[in-house]
Amino acid sequence: MLSRTLSRITRQPSAARSFSALAEEIFEPLRPAVTMYSEEETAVRDMVQMWAQQELAPHVREMDREGAMRPDILKSLFDNGLMGMEIPEKYGGSEMNFTSAVIAVEEIAAVDPSFAILVDIQNTLTNNALRFWGSEELQEKWLPRLATDTASSFCLSEAGSGTDAFAMKTTAIPSPDGSYYTLNGSKLWISNSKEAGVFLVFANAAPEKGYKGITAFVIDAETEGITVGKKERKLGLKASSTCPLTFEDVKVDASCVLGEVGMGYKYAIEILNEGRIGIAGQQLGIAKGAFNATMPYLRERKQFGTPIGDFQGMQHQVAQLATEIHAVEVMTYNAARMKENGLPFVKEASMCKLYSSQVAEKVASKCIEWYGGVGFTEDIIVEKFYRDCKVGSIYEGTSNIQLQTIAKIIASEW
Amino acid sequence: MRVLVGVKRVVDYAVKVRVAADKKAVDLANVKMSMNPFCEIAVEEAVRLKEAKKATEIIAVSIGPKAAAETIRTALAMGCDRGIHLTTDARTDQELGPNSVAKLLAKVVEEESPDAIILGKQSIDGDFGCTGAMLAEHLKIPQCTFAAAIDFDAKTVERETDTGTEVVSFPSLPAVFTADLRLNEPRYATLPNIMKAKKKKIDTKAADSLGVELNEGNTVLEVFEPPPREAGIFVDDVDGLVDKLKNEAGVL
Repeated sequence: MLSRTLSRITRQPSAARSFSALAEEIFEPLRPAVTMYSEEETAVRDMVQMWAQQELAPHVREMDREGAMRPDILKSLFDNGLMGMEIPEKYGGSEMNFTSAVIAVEEIAAVDPSFAILVDIQNTLTNNALRFWGSEELQEKWLPRLATDTASSFCLSEAGSGTDAFAMKTTAIPSPDGSYYTLNGSKLWISNSKEAGVFLVFANAAPEKGYKGITAFVIDAETEGITVGKKERKLGLKASSTCPLTFEDVKVDASCVLGEVGMGYKYAIEILNEGRIGIAGQQLGIAKGAFNATMPYLRERKQFGTPIGDFQGMQHQVAQLATEIHAVEVMTYNAARMKENGLPFVKEASMCKLYSSQVAEKVASKCIEWYGGVGFTEDIIVEKFYRDCKVGSIYEGTSNIQLQTIAKIIASEW
Repeated sequence: MRVLVGVKRVVDYAVKVRVAADKKAVDLANVKMSMNPFCEIAVEEAVRLKEAKKATEIIAVSIGPKAAAETIRTALAMGCDRGIHLTTDARTDQELGPNSVAKLLAKVVEEESPDAIILGKQSIDGDFGCTGAMLAEHLKIPQCTFAAAIDFDAKTVERETDTGTEVVSFPSLPAVFTADLRLNEPRYATLPNIMKAKKKKIDTKAADSLGVELNEGNTVLEVFEPPPREAGIFVDDVDGLVDKLKNEAGVL
């Protein structure tokens, strides 16, 4: 390359070519590591860590026992700009990048994964779907509220359709003049539906067209005919309300349609692709949270006169898991950067969601073992991480589906 | 009233520090750095003054390596209006001593003419606790150190001492105040403020371009950890204790 550049210069001796431009062509600038975050992203990480320690950590056990989120902490999320991270400043958001949102989800998950899923769904699913496909009117109506005081739920799954999302039965029949739609049906497993003030609902506006009738609606939670059912009693993420939703002749104005009628299936797939990176952030936070809560114990606990962290068997286990956690971190933030840079990222997003949920489960499980008997009690936080991480391999695309997605893309590459 | 606050980039308080292999300094490689906790309290005090409309402008100043700009950004995100960064490659935990820092800050004060200068009472790396007092001396202005409460209207400061709190008054501004732990509880920057901080200005200049002699005349010979604490022993009674104190420890 050097000789080519030089020959170009000799052929055009009069070309005004600055030395620095020449230097840049010959010597590529030093590329950053994936884990070299920008000043702003580092500030976000520090701030969320501090917030999580001060505001969230003291109440985690209490909320797990009560099975509910404290409203004051929810408000604090909004007051600190964590619910509208990518929303433009003109709508009251923090106008940051996608990586910052993933960082926030990770750092919150390291303290309470239930709050992390709320923040993840809000930022990576609802807010982004509105920003990508919402009309000006819809954005102006909802983005300011989403940024400042309104939580949201993503309503796709039903009793009969989880992975097979397009087999949904909820309908949204248009009125004869098309000015409004009537929704009938029910949704299941809807996260944070007790706290949400707005629902992003996927329903079929033209069942005869199959999945090509699926349409996304942005619906006020107060709309008549919507019932939020009883909270599920779950193994983990207990503070996050998971409820069924019923729609009985719910009439919504045509302006509630997100983007175009019949494009809902596409929006769901696309937004969930990115949401996967957010989930990977949550699983990464769980893994790190469990690991960091356990390492000091390995120094303190002595058996046979030795800190248990000094036994080679323990050291090898720690090294193995630290390696896998590091791999998850690099994969997750690399996928985030790929998305930010406009590169195709579906395979990488699936990979980091798949792998992060596997690593989180492994790490949480091992941390209980490292703590010994007391790790099995509620005195130690690691049993909570163990319960909280399990749904990671299930929601936003089961691990089997991630494997299928990755396999399909690889097949197309060969 | 315009306020100048000093912010120092130090090893994060939660880090377990280790001595470098050459025993000349603490090992800072890959170690997490943060704003000195007492500087955070100083910034918080200044920001509260602005919120109470008692201050109109807050300037955050830091002396340190290139990365100290992050510390100034944090101060801006907490609510300061602009920053001044005096860059230096000298180790701010041991090479650049309090007198040098005080002289540099004095130059900044001469240029900016603030009404109040608030610093942390000490840094958690050098732990000298001298910079504020030295700065006041260089400027020949009043100093109220170890402040637990500052009343700018009554011109009084509550100081923490070993025997309790005393109240002192200062005659006039400008004056130097150093923040003690109980002065306030610092806020963390909210995301919207981190955003706004991006647009605030930081003036950068080299510390050695200010015409200040930066050589303290001190050299660090060795840095070492304190000897590990040894186990105590049980004694049977008071006589046994007195015997040990007299004959073994030699303190009686």
